[in-house]
Amino acid sequence: MSILVNKDTKVIVQGFTGKEGSFHAEQCIDYGTNIVGGVTPNKGGQVHLGKPVFNTVSEAVKETGATVSMIFVPPAFVGDAVMEAAEAGIELAVIITEGAPVKDMQAAKAYATKHGMKTIGPNCPGIITAEECKIGIMPGMIFKKGNVGLISKSGTLTYEGANQVCNVGYGITTAVGIGGDPIIGLSYKQILPMFEADPDTECIVMIGEIGGDLEIQAAKMIKEQITKPVVAFIAGQTAPKGKTMGHAGAIVSGSAGTAKEKMEALEAAGVKVVVSPAEIGKAVKEVLSK
Amino acid sequence: MNVHEYQAKQIFAEYGVPTPKGIMAETVDAAVEAAKELGGPIWVVKAQIHAGGRGLGGGVKLAKSLDEVRELADEILGMTLVTHQTGPEGKLVQKLYIEDGADIKDEFYLSVILDRKLEMPLIMASTEGGMNIEDVAENTPEKIITVPVDPTIGFQGFHGRELAFGLGITDKGEQKNIITFAQKLYKLYMDKDAEMIEINPLVRTGSGEFLALDGKMGFDNSALYRQPEIAAMRDLSEEDPDEVEAAKYGLSYVALDGEIGCMVNGAGLAMGTMDTINHMGGTPANFLDVGGSANAETVSKGFEIILKNPNVKAIFVNIFGGIVRCDRIANGIIEATKITDVNVPVVVRLDGTNAPEAAEILKNANISNLIVAEDLGDGAAKAVAAAKGEI
Repeated sequence: MSILVNKDTKVIVQGFTGKEGSFHAEQCIDYGTNIVGGVTPNKGGQVHLGKPVFNTVSEAVKETGATVSMIFVPPAFVGDAVMEAAEAGIELAVIITEGAPVKDMQAAKAYATKHGMKTIGPNCPGIITAEECKIGIMPGMIFKKGNVGLISKSGTLTYEGANQVCNVGYGITTAVGIGGDPIIGLSYKQILPMFEADPDTECIVMIGEIGGDLEIQAAKMIKEQITKPVVAFIAGQTAPKGKTMGHAGAIVSGSAGTAKEKMEALEAAGVKVVVSPAEIGKAVKEVLSK
Repeated sequence: MNVHEYQAKQIFAEYGVPTPKGIMAETVDAAVEAAKELGGPIWVVKAQIHAGGRGLGGGVKLAKSLDEVRELADEILGMTLVTHQTGPEGKLVQKLYIEDGADIKDEFYLSVILDRKLEMPLIMASTEGGMNIEDVAENTPEKIITVPVDPTIGFQGFHGRELAFGLGITDKGEQKNIITFAQKLYKLYMDKDAEMIEINPLVRTGSGEFLALDGKMGFDNSALYRQPEIAAMRDLSEEDPDEVEAAKYGLSYVALDGEIGCMVNGAGLAMGTMDTINHMGGTPANFLDVGGSANAETVSKGFEIILKNPNVKAIFVNIFGGIVRCDRIANGIIEATKITDVNVPVVVRLDGTNAPEAAEILKNANISNLIVAEDLGDGAAKAVAAAKGEI
C-alpha cells in the first residue's frame, strides 16, 4: 500500500515535449511510472518517448484514462495548465514548475478545489511511492520500499530524510514534497490522515521550515487524530529574522512562524522533534524499535 | 520586490487612490525646488529607504519654511537611518520625498495582503493608525478588522460596508470615501501582482477625505515578468551588493556573522545545514543555496563570495545530488579551487547520485585543505573542528 499514487496510476505529462518535461518524464518512465501520454498544444498526434502526444488534456484523459497529471509547463502558463487539468477531470495534478505567479496559483487552486482535483506543489520535487511510481524530479534510487511516510516542504531535505531512513534499515512508503510557495496544494494537514489510514505506513517523517503556520496546524491535527509516531524537523532555527517591510503577514497567520514556535507546538503534540536533519534516521529507528 | 514610498504613491495616483502631493528629490537643492513647486505652507521631509519605522528613527520631519526644508533635507540626506526593520547597521538615505502637509483629523491603518489560510486577498484595517500594528494585534486584537475578498467575485459593496462600519465611520459621505478608497486599493493590488500594500497611517482630513499618508508595497517576484513598469522601480542600492552579485549566478546568498562558510543545494537543506553547524557548537557565516544546477562556474563563484567575508575560517560544501550528479560537482569543486584561491579548510559532503565516484575523484585530486565527509552530521562536525583549527 501507499498513498495517492501506485504502480497502476495512469499519468500524463503537461509540457511533455519541452526540455525539462522530456528529461524528467524519461526518468519517471525508467523508474517504472505508468506514463500513458503527454500534452503539448500543436504537437497532438506525435509520439514522444514512445508515448502519444495530445493537444489538450481532455483529449488525453479521454484516450488514455489518465487520472494524474505531472505539470512541467513554464511559470507563466501554470495557472492555465492546472485549470485545464481540473476541467478535464484529472484527480491529482503534481505541479513541478518553479516561479508561478501567486495570483495565478490562487485562481488555479480555487478552481481545482471546485472541481474536486487535488494538487501538489507548485515548486516541489513531486511525489514518489517507492519502487512503484515516481511523479517528479527526485532521484528515484534513494527511495527504498519500506514503512515510513514522508512529507516535506523542501526538496533536498526530502532526499536527505529519505536517505537516512533507508540507511538505518527502513524504507519509504510514499514521500510527498509539498513545496513552500505562498499557495500550495496538499499540505501536512491533508496528507497526515492519508498516512494514518495507510496500513503499510508505520511512522511519519514531517519536515518543515520557518514561515507560515502549516506546521502549527499540523501539530494540532497530530494531537487530535494521528496515532502513528511522527518524527519532525523544522529548518531555519538559526536563520536571521527577515528584514521585512510590512507587518501584516505575521498578524494574518496569527503566528510569527519561527522554528522554535513550530518545534514547541509539535513537541506538545507528542511528536519526536529533532534539532538537526542529521538526526532524522536515528529518530525514526528509535520510534520504530520501541 | 519592494519599492519606495514615493513609488508606491505614484502607483496609488495612477489608480486614483488619494495621497498628499509630493516630489522625490536626490539633492538638497532639488528638495527646496520641490517644496517651492508644492507651495506649502508646510511640508514633510521624508527619508526614502526600504524599511518601516522611519519616523521614530528621525527620518520624517515637518518643515514650516523653505529654509527649514533646506535644513532638514541637508540633515536627512546621507544619514544612516536605524529603525527596528533595518537591523543595527541601518540604511543610508539617498533619496527624499518632499510632501505637502496634510490636515489630519485622525489616523487609521489599512493594508491588503494574501491570507495564506483562506488563499485569497485580505483587507485589514484598524482605527489605531500610526501605531506599530503588531502591538495593536497583540494588545487589542478586537481593534483589527479583517475583510477577505474572494477574487472570483472581486470587491463588492458588502466588503466596503464591513470595513466602513467596522471602523466606526458613520457619516455617509465619509463612508463612500473610504469604500471607494479600499476598492481602488484592492484593484491595484490585483492588477499589479502586489504581495502586500500597507498604509499606516491612512488619515481622515478635516473635510472627511481619506489620504494615504504613507505607502509600502511589495510585489510577487514571480510576476515581475508581466509587470515591467514595476520591475523598473527596483532600487538595487537598497539591496545587499553581495546578494545581488550572487543572484546574477543563480545563487541565493545571505551573509551572517559566524565563521563557517556554507555552500548547499536547496534552501531547506541550506537552513538545515546551518542548524546542524549551530547545534554542534559552530557558527554559520552565511546562507548559500547553489540551486539545482550547480556547476564549476557557480561553485567557483560561491567560493569567491564566501571568501570575501574575512570571518570565514572553514567552508562546508553540503550537496545532496538529486538529478545533479555528484561526480560533476566534485569536478566543479576541483576546478573552482584552481580558479579561486581557497585558503581555508574545505569540508565536502557529497551524497546522492554517483556519490562513490565523486568521493574517488576528490581523493585522487590531492588537494591538501580538502576534507571529505561521510554524511551531514560528520560534515558539520568536521567543519566545526576545522574552523577551530582542530583538524
